[in-house]
Amino acid sequence: MPKTMFDKIWDRHVIADLGEGWSLLYLDRILVHDLSGGRAMAELAEAGRRVAEPRKVFATPDHAVSSAPGRTAASYPKGERLINSLRERCAAEGVRMFDLNKPGNGIVHVIAPELGIVLPGLTLACGDSHTCTNGGVGAMAFGIGASELGHALATQTLPQRRPGTFRIRFEGERPAGVTAKDMILAAIGRFSAAAGTGMAMEYAGSAVRALSMEERLTLCNLSIEMGAKVGMVAPDDVTFEYLAGREYAPKGAAWEAALRDWRELPSDPGATFTRDEVIHMRDIAPQITWGTSPEQVAAVTSHVPDPREAPNDGKRAAWEAALDYMGLQPGQKLEGTKVDWVFIGSCTNSRLSDLRAAAEVIKGRKKAEHVTAWVVPGSETVKAEAEAEGLHIRFREAGFEWREPGCALCVAANGESVPEGARCVSTSNRNFVGRQGTGARTHLASPAMAAAAALAGAIVDVRSF
Amino acid sequence: MENFQSVTGCAIPLMEANVDTDVIIPIQRLVGTGRKGLGEHAFERRRYLPDGSENPDFIPNQAPYRESPILLAAENFGCGSSREGAVWALMGMGVRCVIAPSFGDIFFSNCFQNGLLPVKLPIEVIRRIAEETQASPGNARTTVDLERQVVITPSGEAIPFTVDQRKREAMLHGLDDIALTLKHAEAIEAWKAKDRAARGWAWESVA
Repeated sequence: MPKTMFDKIWDRHVIADLGEGWSLLYLDRILVHDLSGGRAMAELAEAGRRVAEPRKVFATPDHAVSSAPGRTAASYPKGERLINSLRERCAAEGVRMFDLNKPGNGIVHVIAPELGIVLPGLTLACGDSHTCTNGGVGAMAFGIGASELGHALATQTLPQRRPGTFRIRFEGERPAGVTAKDMILAAIGRFSAAAGTGMAMEYAGSAVRALSMEERLTLCNLSIEMGAKVGMVAPDDVTFEYLAGREYAPKGAAWEAALRDWRELPSDPGATFTRDEVIHMRDIAPQITWGTSPEQVAAVTSHVPDPREAPNDGKRAAWEAALDYMGLQPGQKLEGTKVDWVFIGSCTNSRLSDLRAAAEVIKGRKKAEHVTAWVVPGSETVKAEAEAEGLHIRFREAGFEWREPGCALCVAANGESVPEGARCVSTSNRNFVGRQGTGARTHLASPAMAAAAALAGAIVDVRSF
Repeated sequence: MENFQSVTGCAIPLMEANVDTDVIIPIQRLVGTGRKGLGEHAFERRRYLPDGSENPDFIPNQAPYRESPILLAAENFGCGSSREGAVWALMGMGVRCVIAPSFGDIFFSNCFQNGLLPVKLPIEVIRRIAEETQASPGNARTTVDLERQVVITPSGEAIPFTVDQRKREAMLHGLDDIALTLKHAEAIEAWKAKDRAARGWAWESVA
C-alpha cells in the first residue's frame, strides 16, 4: 500500500503499540531552551531521574534573553536565572549547550537545521510549539509541553496518538512579491486557524519544490498556526545540498547511507491523505494580517473586513473584538495604515535569505522618522554571515537597529516589547492579543513587506514600493 | 498529577473561539514562576482593568461563575504556544474541566499531564449548556463524570463523551506517564539496538 512520508517516518519509530491508535515513539533528537529546559531537567533530577540520552539533546538559550547590542545573560536578570539553571543542568547531564554569545547559539529552530541537528526522516521534539519549523528538512518535528518534555528527556520516547494527514499542494509560478510567508498565511486564511488541528501537514507541489531550504522552514513554521502538530516538505537535492557538511550531519560513508534512506522518504505516488487541497500560486498576493488570529489575514491590497459580513455569529464577535483591539475600522484600506514599529526576526523569518530580502527593499532609503525598526538575526551564524555581506551596515544606514540573536519581540518574554497601542508590522508568527506586549497591535507579514512598512511608515504593497 | 473522578459546578460560558494560550497566561508570568502561583494571573489581561481591579464584564469574574471547576468554550480552545503554564493557570483559578468542540493539540496533551480534563462535545450541545446555565446561573449545575464518561447538563440531560482509555485510566488514578513508559524498557532497548544497526547515520553524527 502506498505510504505518505509521514507514515514512513512514524512507522519506523514505533517501539510499542499502546492501543487505540497510540504508539510509544522513539525520539531521535530533543531540543531544549531556556524557558523550560533547565526546569524540566531540574524536575527530573528531583524525581531521581536522569536524561536518558544526553548526546541526542541540544540546548540553546533564546526566549528570555535580551537582544540589545552588547548584551550578556545579565542584561535580562529574570532570564539569567533560567540560563544559569540550563547551564548547570546541561553540564550535570552531559547535554550540549550553545551558550549565549557563543558560536552555534540562536533561536532553537534556526540553529537545529543550521547545525544539521535535525535531518530528514528523524523524529524531533522540543518544548516549543514552533518545533514544526524543523519539518522543512523532511523530519517529523513537533512541539510538546513541559511535562511531556520531562518524559522525553527521561526516556527518549513519547506516547503519541497517530494524527491524520493533510497535504497542501501549491502549484504554479510564484507571483512577484510573494514569499513562503505569504503562501502559508494565505493557506491559514483560506482553511482557518483550526483546520489542521493535531494533524501532520505535508506541503508539496511545484511551487514548494522550487522553494529554498530556508523558505521551506518558514512554510513549515506556521503549521501550528493552522493547529497542526507537524509540517513537512519532502527532502530532495535542495535539502541534501543544504545539509551536506553541517556540523552534526553525517559525514563520509554515513552520509551516503543517510542519502539512500532519505531518497526513500517522499510520499509514494497514490498515497492518500486525510485531507488534500490545492492552492494556485496565481491566487496569492503579498499577505498581511488585520486581526488577532493568523487566520484574520488578507492581501495587502484589500480592505479590513466588515464584521456584519462575517459568515456566522461566532466569527462576527471575533472580528469585532479583533478590530476593536487593533484600532481598525471596517472597510478601511489596509495600505496606508500608519505603522509605529517594525520587527524583522523570529524563528519564522530571521535567516540569512530573510535579512537579504529585507535589505534588498531598502535600496539606500531611510526608515520613516516615527518608526522604530529592529532587525534581530536568528543565530550567531546568521549574524556573522549577514555582517560579512555588509547587511548590518545597510540596515543601520536606513535607521534600523541591528541586534543580537534571540526570540526578542516575537515572544516578549525578555523585557522587550512593543508599547501599548503601538502598531507593529512583524515577520513573526503570532498576532495574538498581547503577544508582543500588553496592548501591542501586530500585523504579520514577510520580511520584504516589513522593511517596506518601515520605510513608508505605513502598511504598503511591497510590489509597488 | 492530580487525579480526576467528577466535578460539579456552574459552568463558565466563555463561548469564544480560538482562545489562545497567550491570553490564558502571558509569557512574562512564566519567566521565574513555577507550576504554582499562576492562578491569579490566568486571563489577566481580560480579568483585570488597567487599575488592577477586577473587570466586572469578564464572565469568570461574575458571582455564580467564580471558582467554578467547569469552563465552556468554542472551537480551538488553547491554541498557540505550547506553554503548560496555561493549564497550571487554569487549575490555579479552580478550573478542572474545559468543554469545547476542539482544542489546541499541545494544550490538549498538557491537560492530561496535570489532571485538567478536556472534554470534546459538539458546539450545539455546549451552546445548550451555556443557555441553560445563563437562564438560571444561581441554580444551574453541570456535572462532568469521567468514571461514567458523561456530562450532565443543568436540565438533567446525560450526554456521553469519549476519551482515550489510557488517558482516562491515567487521569482517574493520577498515574505517572514516565513510570508507565518505563514498563517498556526492554522494548525500548531492543528498538534502539535494531535501529543503531539499521540507521547508524542517525546515531554516529551526534555520538
